[in-house]
Amino acid sequence: MMSGYLSGIVAILCINLIFAYGLFVPAAAGQINLGGAGFQAIGAYSAAWLSSVALLPTWLTIPAAMLVAGLIGFLISFPVLRTRGVYMVLATFAFGEVVAGFLLRTQFFGGAIGMVVPAHVELPVLVACAVGVSLLTFYLLATRFGLVMRSINDDEAVAILMGVNVRAVQVGAFTIGGAFAGLSGALYAHNFSFVEAQYFNSFLSIYVLLFVLIGGVQTAWGPLIGTVFFTVLPELMRVGGSWRYVAFGAVIVVMMTIRPQGIVTNALVNALSPRRWASKRLAAGALHG
Amino acid sequence: MADNAVLSINAVTKRFGGVAATDDVSFDVAAGTRTALIGPNGAGKTSLFNLISGVYPVDSGVILLNSIPIQSMPARRRVRAGLARSFQNIRLMPHLSVIENVMLGQHVRVKGVEAAITPLAWQRRNRWRRLAEVSLRDAGIDVDPDADVSTLSYGIRKRIEVVRALMSKPRLLMLDEPAAGLNTRETAELSLFLKSISRGGITLLVVEHDMSFIHDLCEQTVVLNFGRLIYQGPTAGVHDNEEVRAAYLGRRRVNTGGAPTAA
Repeated sequence: MMSGYLSGIVAILCINLIFAYGLFVPAAAGQINLGGAGFQAIGAYSAAWLSSVALLPTWLTIPAAMLVAGLIGFLISFPVLRTRGVYMVLATFAFGEVVAGFLLRTQFFGGAIGMVVPAHVELPVLVACAVGVSLLTFYLLATRFGLVMRSINDDEAVAILMGVNVRAVQVGAFTIGGAFAGLSGALYAHNFSFVEAQYFNSFLSIYVLLFVLIGGVQTAWGPLIGTVFFTVLPELMRVGGSWRYVAFGAVIVVMMTIRPQGIVTNALVNALSPRRWASKRLAAGALHG
Repeated sequence: MADNAVLSINAVTKRFGGVAATDDVSFDVAAGTRTALIGPNGAGKTSLFNLISGVYPVDSGVILLNSIPIQSMPARRRVRAGLARSFQNIRLMPHLSVIENVMLGQHVRVKGVEAAITPLAWQRRNRWRRLAEVSLRDAGIDVDPDADVSTLSYGIRKRIEVVRALMSKPRLLMLDEPAAGLNTRETAELSLFLKSISRGGITLLVVEHDMSFIHDLCEQTVVLNFGRLIYQGPTAGVHDNEEVRAAYLGRRRVNTGGAPTAA
């Protein structure tokens, strides 16, 4: 049996991981979403409302919350994709703020008091969802759709001249990302049994985006490594008291400086892949044999 | 336009501010031919490539590809219409492997949901991957298909870009300085490779500065100067044209006899 402390960390790890994949999918196609907490809030409040007011079971509230967040991601992607670079970052950031402000001021969703979520979802469900979303993202990146996403991130102008419908791919990536972030919110609501708008703030958006960018956006390993690293590291640094925030900030600055492309890159994955080792041994054998 | 023209440029003009990048340019590229596009730096060669491929819109004029007007078509649809190109500065995707770069070139040929959701990267024997591997081999590129493109030599990357462009099965292949930066042996290999592509029925339009390469490869030549067309005709006649000599070739003797001419 896991201790309450440990299971709490694993729960937040699973939620953050799904959230991180929600930001990773558009980022892999060249779009930075700094309004992630807004999508997570939409998922959390959808699940909370459907569970506490509409009294639906969790096997309906969670997919429905994903659907709502995905749909809003789809709709919001059109104005957002008209912007570029830092303006896109600001547009998504503004979206996150609008969602948080709306929820805080709407009595229908409990306002500043928040909402109690009656149906509880246990840790194994969170773990299963986190594993599922991770595998789904790895799969997505292995398809031609993933290849096209990565090529847009590398050189959008050339991707267009290869016949790629960049807009359609980015809308798709943004929608999938919104749905993932919504799923993480629904799981948060059902696991913590309570949602309040203040939790889904801009710091959360920034943190989880950092997990993704520091983990690396070239492969689906990036968010996994980034999330584990940044969820576990602060816990390990608890012994340092409030100095840990300083250390945490320093770690981020150092990482951004020495490895701006993120911890995990394609080259690293290739170098570590068993296939590559096998072919190297084969080549060495042929040379000496 | 001529009946057998793959590409027909009709009175195409494009201005950037007050400067005309192309000024009322008209010429045809006949099917199956190899045409050079030459001229001094800034003559508008790359601008014309960008207008044909849809990077910029034309100010006026008509561009026909297989008799279909394409000048207002989005760039990505021009690829589907049969147009492919390479770039003056190599524009391979830096974070994709060799084989992934080549498979990206297949994009317009891939149809249906199943092809889009097949996990290509996990299937070493996938037909698209095989097709890409065969094309690399046919082009004489003998590298690890999973290699990072940034680790490869300039000449190899330049050739991979041509293979990537070929993967869309274009009617017209436009190459922007394919021989720039290549050594003599690489240039000769490139010329042979492009002739074999041409024999396969693909029309070539090539921007290049290396005149002996052009004499070896292209039977037709179009010369631009300050955005205007100043010569169009057989490559052999370029040196006899006063205006071309004054604008571009100068007094310099150009070797036209040394390169093999057997296509």
